[in-house]
Amino acid sequence: MGRLPVFTPTKADEQARAIAEAAINRVSVYGNSTCPLEAAVGYFKLCASQSCGKCTPCRIGLARLTDSLESILRGENVEGIVDQVITVCDTLHKTADCAIGFQAGRVGLAFADLIKADAESHLSKGICVQPFTAVPCVDECPSHVDIPAYIACLKEGRPADAVRVIRNDNPFPSACAFVCEHPCERSCRRGMIDAPVNIRAMKQHAVLSAGEVGVPGKAEPTGKRVAIIGGGPSGLTAAYYLALMGHDITVYEQNDHLGGMMYYGIPRYRLPKENLQYDIDAILSLGIDVKLGVKVGVGVQWEELVGGYDAVYVAIGAHHFKDLGIEYATKDGVMSAVQFLHRVADGRPDAVEGKDVVVVGGGNVAMDATRTAKRLGARSVRCIYRRRIEDMTALPEEVEAAIAEGCEMVELVSPLRIDKGTEHEIAFVGQPQMPSFYRGGRPAPVATSVEEVTYECDMLIEAIGQVIEYEYFAEKGVEQNRGRFLSDEHGRSKGFENVFVGGDCQTGPSTVIRAIAAGKAVAANIDEYLGFDHDVFDDVRVPRAGFDSKLACGRVNIKERPAQERARDFDGVEIPLLDEEAAQECGRCLRCDHFGMGAMRGGRPERW
Amino acid sequence: MVTLTIDGKTVEAREGMTILGAAKGAGIKIPTLCWMKKLNDIGACRVCVVDVEGEHRMPAACNTPVADGMVVHTNTPAVVRARQANLKMILSEHRSECTSCERVDTCALRKLCSDMAIERLSFEAVSPKGAWDESFPLVRDSSKCIKCMRCVAECAKVQHCSVWDITGSGPHMKVTVKDGDSIRDAGCALCGQCITHCPTGALTARRDIDVVMDALSDPDVVTVVQVAPAVRAAWGEGVGLSREAATPGRMASALRSLGFDRVFDTDFAADLTIMEEGSEFVEFMGSDKQRPMFTSCCPGWVRFVKQHYPQFVGRLSSAKSPHQMLGAVVKNTMREEAEAAGKRLFVVSVMPCVAKKYECDVPQLATEAGRDVDAVLTVREFDNMLRMFHVDCDALDEGEFDNPLGLSTGAGTIFGRTGGVMEAALRSAVFLITGENPDFSACDTTAATPDKPWVTKELEVAGTPVRIAVASGLGNTAKLLDAIEAGEVDLDFVEIMACPGGCVGGGGQPIAFNEERAAERAMNLNSLDKADTLRYSHENPDVQKLYEEWVGEPLSHVAHEWLHTDQEAWDL
Repeated sequence: MGRLPVFTPTKADEQARAIAEAAINRVSVYGNSTCPLEAAVGYFKLCASQSCGKCTPCRIGLARLTDSLESILRGENVEGIVDQVITVCDTLHKTADCAIGFQAGRVGLAFADLIKADAESHLSKGICVQPFTAVPCVDECPSHVDIPAYIACLKEGRPADAVRVIRNDNPFPSACAFVCEHPCERSCRRGMIDAPVNIRAMKQHAVLSAGEVGVPGKAEPTGKRVAIIGGGPSGLTAAYYLALMGHDITVYEQNDHLGGMMYYGIPRYRLPKENLQYDIDAILSLGIDVKLGVKVGVGVQWEELVGGYDAVYVAIGAHHFKDLGIEYATKDGVMSAVQFLHRVADGRPDAVEGKDVVVVGGGNVAMDATRTAKRLGARSVRCIYRRRIEDMTALPEEVEAAIAEGCEMVELVSPLRIDKGTEHEIAFVGQPQMPSFYRGGRPAPVATSVEEVTYECDMLIEAIGQVIEYEYFAEKGVEQNRGRFLSDEHGRSKGFENVFVGGDCQTGPSTVIRAIAAGKAVAANIDEYLGFDHDVFDDVRVPRAGFDSKLACGRVNIKERPAQERARDFDGVEIPLLDEEAAQECGRCLRCDHFGMGAMRGGRPERW
Repeated sequence: MVTLTIDGKTVEAREGMTILGAAKGAGIKIPTLCWMKKLNDIGACRVCVVDVEGEHRMPAACNTPVADGMVVHTNTPAVVRARQANLKMILSEHRSECTSCERVDTCALRKLCSDMAIERLSFEAVSPKGAWDESFPLVRDSSKCIKCMRCVAECAKVQHCSVWDITGSGPHMKVTVKDGDSIRDAGCALCGQCITHCPTGALTARRDIDVVMDALSDPDVVTVVQVAPAVRAAWGEGVGLSREAATPGRMASALRSLGFDRVFDTDFAADLTIMEEGSEFVEFMGSDKQRPMFTSCCPGWVRFVKQHYPQFVGRLSSAKSPHQMLGAVVKNTMREEAEAAGKRLFVVSVMPCVAKKYECDVPQLATEAGRDVDAVLTVREFDNMLRMFHVDCDALDEGEFDNPLGLSTGAGTIFGRTGGVMEAALRSAVFLITGENPDFSACDTTAATPDKPWVTKELEVAGTPVRIAVASGLGNTAKLLDAIEAGEVDLDFVEIMACPGGCVGGGGQPIAFNEERAAERAMNLNSLDKADTLRYSHENPDVQKLYEEWVGEPLSHVAHEWLHTDQEAWDL
């Protein structure tokens, strides 16, 4: 006998926890093909499963919400039902006793417009606003690469065919094998069982084991000429497809090397030079005229391009930088990350050996500058960010890698001014912050009562965002808004009939794969604008999907070289998968091109 | 080749073949529901699941490829129970009103549930009848839809219309008219292939039996029935007659036993069509009109071309379809006599077709004597009426069609299969040009099949080459039209039938699950043609008499009034 039992979880507790874990696993997989109303029903039912039932709006409101939404899904048009759904959300939000109810209502209200629009469509036309998508990874990839097809080819021991499949939608299989942010993996259905397939590793294994893979044959020459401004991922993608279509392509690149940010922004240790060159060589093998070191407005004039070519694609990226917008007592040793990384890529890096370096910013470029400074022999590298580490926009693995390599993360310090230092040239003075209420999806930092702090250094690298050098083009009539070029949904510039814009200069700084996707779409649209309907697909036999029971199996991750070793050189940090690791990983692909909705449309993405 | 074991049998199969295909080859039957060969291997219904040794789950046999050394069991108690469980789930979403469902005898779901001894349901069935414009010739009852997606595949892949699509997701995923449009605006040709490929009663043709019964029971109405060429090849299927027993003579008797006052043969009008269309073609060959000319006797094709390829409508022959011609002749030649007796005429067409239910209502087809045809019954409705009236078809005598609109030639009979109209037209066009009957072999089109996009033939007629093509099925038709538009083929005359194989494969024909009977029915028509003493439309004496007494000559003013139309003007 005793007064207080020792806490021991009951079997029921454990089971409830296991179900919750399974639910977390399930919803962690993006299911972007579901009907918005269906998703809302699922969400509110989940909320209801957590409700204690005490307060009226939560107990009854959540049940009525799901009833009403399901009745709309059945097409039962009850007068005022849509407004009623929104009213219930509002009541839940305003009057539920605890977060179980009021947060459900708040989420419902946040998506009220979508719910209304979809409900309207279901009731008036009997159809959903969201068309189903067959293959989740392909759908999530901005360039819609046929992922199950190339994994299946790789599994069958045909890496060259895997590369050919990728090139149908993305001419940078090798660059993406190293640096793609792989949004595809977020929606990988395998995540429902164990973890997403390591899709990027599959691409890497394909490229590394394929060796050189020839490009498809070009279509008959069309006699049309297209100028591409910018030899980065977007410009070169457009160049590749347009050249395949038989058009005559000239690429104008202001730098001395092609690749754009892939060459000048992303450090070698993340994307080894030869792995980028692999793609550039393949693209140039089509016979594309490249004018290096020619800046539009200096070496060639806008009018010559717009008048002299049948179409122009502006893909100049976002290579300019912002400064901190504070007072500088000195500018010696202060530079932007873009300039710093550019000079490293050019083979004329700043002298960093033995210096103390401060990097300001929390994005991927900040991490690139941090890790690069370390590799150049800095005595210390501190990365200072005004929010929390978890609020950094850099990929978490990049932050972890930087820390492992011996760099220091200083979070929650906002820059105040740059003073002259006492022991070093520069003194970064900042104000300690604390996270506060959310603004724009992240907690806004606010100043604490702690006094300002000073970090002295020899070099200050600012990595707080890039901007577009839009001014020249804007003067020439290319429409822009806040420095970003405007286009219609097909990439056509507002202001000119034969000018298209895309990539970072249209979206703002974004990922390589989005820039590639824009280049592909613009290539198709320029082809159409020029009066053609070329199909540049390289037909590859896709192995038929077989059956297996899909038992849980661990995901093989790409390992990295030991931190202390890799931090001393610019060699690639990644250790590619072993053949047996790649073979097992290929086998984890669920072949959603065959199982599920994939089967309905033959499983392959639409030929564009 | 791979070697596997199915139900203890060692089976050799081609690599990439499905378990279903390999089992079929070995004489092992696996039940299916949603599967259609090469068209719908989507693994949706999960009725064809089998057990594979070493696997924890059961694959669908219809789309799982065989593998070397695979050991498959298709009929263990566990497999049977899994199929039963899935059937029960399907039934929980299917409004089973079998006793009043017109598909009760041909429903693949009902048959399968009966075979699988589904005795009680695990879930309470919920499915209210779905809303639909029931005046349209194609009727959909969503409460009977089992989401097998066969209609979606058939319409998109075989018939090029993509009327059906799926929408929504999860428990509310459903088949709808594409984009939620009204069926009237969805580009539907009314071929009816979705109906004949629907495993349940979700898709049917509008039933017009009641309208016909009203006419039959009205003493002031003279009821005239006509029966299309392809009906004679299939009507026996719905009343349990063998092909040998289901003769045209017995069919005439069957129609008479339903109480129709006059029993005519659309074959007669097929001959008449040849006279008009053939003459039109001879005139066309001498003109500089844009080539090719297209046949116009298939209203599914007319609806298709009007909606999907309107640029070709002007090249259709202006000839009405045979049953409309016969209706016009009946109404115009028999009206006076009927009215003198205080009666009115009511023309019923028994057709292998759903589109003809639309066609008979097209206001632009009416003549001075009113609409040509008052009601169209499908072969399924005809067979249903015979069962309704308890006609003992086996015991019927060989009857005759009424004359003068009952006599026909073999050329009229083959109208019912792909290539038949063209073949009949060539037999007479050559005569019209040269004055001599051509060899039958010179005009033969029996190479036409829906398995090829189209077939072509070139004839030398009085020194002039005539290039013809035949296509059936609207997917094939689209390919041919695209090729014509791209200048890849040069043709003078083209026959199009909306249904694969022509009217013998029509959307109004008796339904047999997963059987394509068009080829077999076509052989029936071909043997009737061969056995006929008259095989040239221009030799039909009653057609000649009609011209002498009423119409004058082909393409005359009267012919234009009664027998021709402007499809461009048709309401859709």
